[in-house]
Amino acid sequence: MAAKTLYDKLWDAHLVRQNEDGSALIYIDRQILHEVTSPQAFEGLRLAGRKPWRIDANLATPDHNVPTTERAGGVDEIVDPVSRIQVKTLDANCDEFGITEFKMNDQRQGIVHVVGPEQGMTLPGTTVVCGDSHTSTHGAFGALAHGIGTSEVEHVLATQCLIAKKMKNMLVRVDGELGAGVTAKDVVLHIIGVIGTAGGTGYAIEFGGSAIRSISMEGRMTICNMAIEAGARVGLVAVDDTTIEYFRGRPFSPSAEQWDAAAAAWKELVSDEGAQFDTVVEIKAEEIQPQVTWGTSPEMVAPINALVPNPDAESDPVKADGIRRALQYMGLEADQKITDIQLDRVFIGSCTNSRIEDLRAAAEVVKGRKVAANVKQALVVPGSGLVKAQAEAEGLDKVFIEAGLEWREPGCSMCLAMNPDKLGQGEHCASTSNRNFEGRQGFGGRTHLVSPAMAAAAAVTGHFTDVRELMQ
Amino acid sequence: MRKFTQHTGIAAPLDRANVDTDMIIPKQFLKSIKRAGFGPNLFDELRYLDEGQPDQDCANRPLNPDFVLNQARYQGTSVLLARENFGCGSSREHAPWALDDFGIRAVIAPSFADIFYNNCFKNGLLPIVLPEAQVDQLFKEVEASEGYELTVDLERQVVVTPSGEAFAFEVDNFRKHCLLNGLDDIGLTLQHADEIKAYEARRRQEAPWLFDAIK
Ligand code: SF4
Repeated sequence: MAAKTLYDKLWDAHLVRQNEDGSALIYIDRQILHEVTSPQAFEGLRLAGRKPWRIDANLATPDHNVPTTERAGGVDEIVDPVSRIQVKTLDANCDEFGITEFKMNDQRQGIVHVVGPEQGMTLPGTTVVCGDSHTSTHGAFGALAHGIGTSEVEHVLATQCLIAKKMKNMLVRVDGELGAGVTAKDVVLHIIGVIGTAGGTGYAIEFGGSAIRSISMEGRMTICNMAIEAGARVGLVAVDDTTIEYFRGRPFSPSAEQWDAAAAAWKELVSDEGAQFDTVVEIKAEEIQPQVTWGTSPEMVAPINALVPNPDAESDPVKADGIRRALQYMGLEADQKITDIQLDRVFIGSCTNSRIEDLRAAAEVVKGRKVAANVKQALVVPGSGLVKAQAEAEGLDKVFIEAGLEWREPGCSMCLAMNPDKLGQGEHCASTSNRNFEGRQGFGGRTHLVSPAMAAAAAVTGHFTDVRELMQ
Repeated sequence: MRKFTQHTGIAAPLDRANVDTDMIIPKQFLKSIKRAGFGPNLFDELRYLDEGQPDQDCANRPLNPDFVLNQARYQGTSVLLARENFGCGSSREHAPWALDDFGIRAVIAPSFADIFYNNCFKNGLLPIVLPEAQVDQLFKEVEASEGYELTVDLERQVVVTPSGEAFAFEVDNFRKHCLLNGLDDIGLTLQHADEIKAYEARRRQEAPWLFDAIK
């Protein structure tokens, strides 16, 4: 039998039907629903008089619109009426169709991509979809996971299948040892800098190599989360013992009787020796430095000790123009030091970096220090209620509050400005999220993507700082 | 999706070229969480004298008496006669949603914007292209006689006037098949329900831990 990639195996294992026109029907094991992209899908079901095909394949939680400040008053006290209606609608739809939902004030509520794995809803070898492009996150567990549109959400609800076309295979291999202070976020930003924001278009990217193997499950999630920022709808990491151990004792994990069979099946979820990839990219771990984005696309990224690029030094006129426009939007000068960029706000959170290890890394840096005077606001927003509880049990909330950071309720928060957490016009933000597009964090806002440790270093110094200097 | 086989209903003439999707359903109504319920705001700016807001009760708003669909003789319209390039502008699927919700089942025009034309088929609405001269004739007949009804027969691909005159139209075979049988993507996929069930049964054997776990 021909050697298969992990992606090939996952595809083959879910193929219900191959159509003559090249499209296929793929079985979906898991769907996660949130308030923004599901209402029309439920409405569609109702209008057509359809029922969900399989209720126990779905899990819902509101995240994009929920306020992250005090919210004991419940959904009725969400100030923005449009947000309130969307959250209420999700509640009503889940109640009506019998879908399990972690409602806003349930401790298990949180960002869809944090909640799914945390609950053991996402499992190795599953197909996972959600009406959100960062669904690639779940590929960290050897699951075939990607974002879908509202009409597809409805399609999956109604049929448990998706009409899909097979992607190409790409392997990004990171070998070697990561330096101190260099995190999963720096690895993925570096990769995007190398292959570009469209480099992965049409591909499922498998991240492999010894450096990836050494990264924790949470770090692997950070890497797969941003596969979409390299253009790939799917990111993957092969299953190993780290993966399997992650699922022990999670609420929706296999039961004790099922465990051995499940673990044995999961062990097969690796690319075979000699499997053919359409493209292979090799990266040396030692070359990766802490990263900061300076522009308006995640590929506009540089090591902390570099200079902001000069468009005049770029030979490709289209690229030079892109740099010029980005610098203008970002209010930066060519050739200025990245470490001279002053910050107005700091955001530690989002589905990229809001898990317990992220919070620990940030807390370690701010401990015993104070948020710099020029930083108006530094937010820490845990990815779920359970992450929040864990952090509080470890006393991390106190560390943040003492240092002058705000400790919030779980949700997407300042990642996308669909709730009250926003940047003002022209403000620079050190953000652990995943998109630095124009206006993403608020109209005219200027986003710089960094790791949690780098965001923490920026918070306490007021400008970008090589976190390794603070670690000595 | 609802089937479309044959439909007979009151026709109304919307005598205006390049009707864009913002005219069909203005942008302030896109924040809705629904795909249904856009009917009261169909052609909002043409239809009412005040500026429409989302979540407003349209029953008490001042109507524009000159707008064709507000006139007594066109109440209950389900076939819309339109001019060229109907549905141009943005790709919003809210445009066919609004027409459908209002009760329009077919739109007849000399030409349509591409994306709108496609979106209609996804929503059980039939867009019909007829030559300019025939559309002109229909406009004249409709305006001349109150209660004028048109019959649209998709199977035979004809529009039939009250006098029995029939105008033939073209439609893509696959789309015709989907509309006649009420098949959207979901409907098509459900034609393979047995295969999905067979797959599911296998999967339950191989990976029982993926079933009945989320409660
Ligand atoms: S945290 Fe940001 S990127 Fe992630 S799901 Fe929420 S809005 Fe999307």
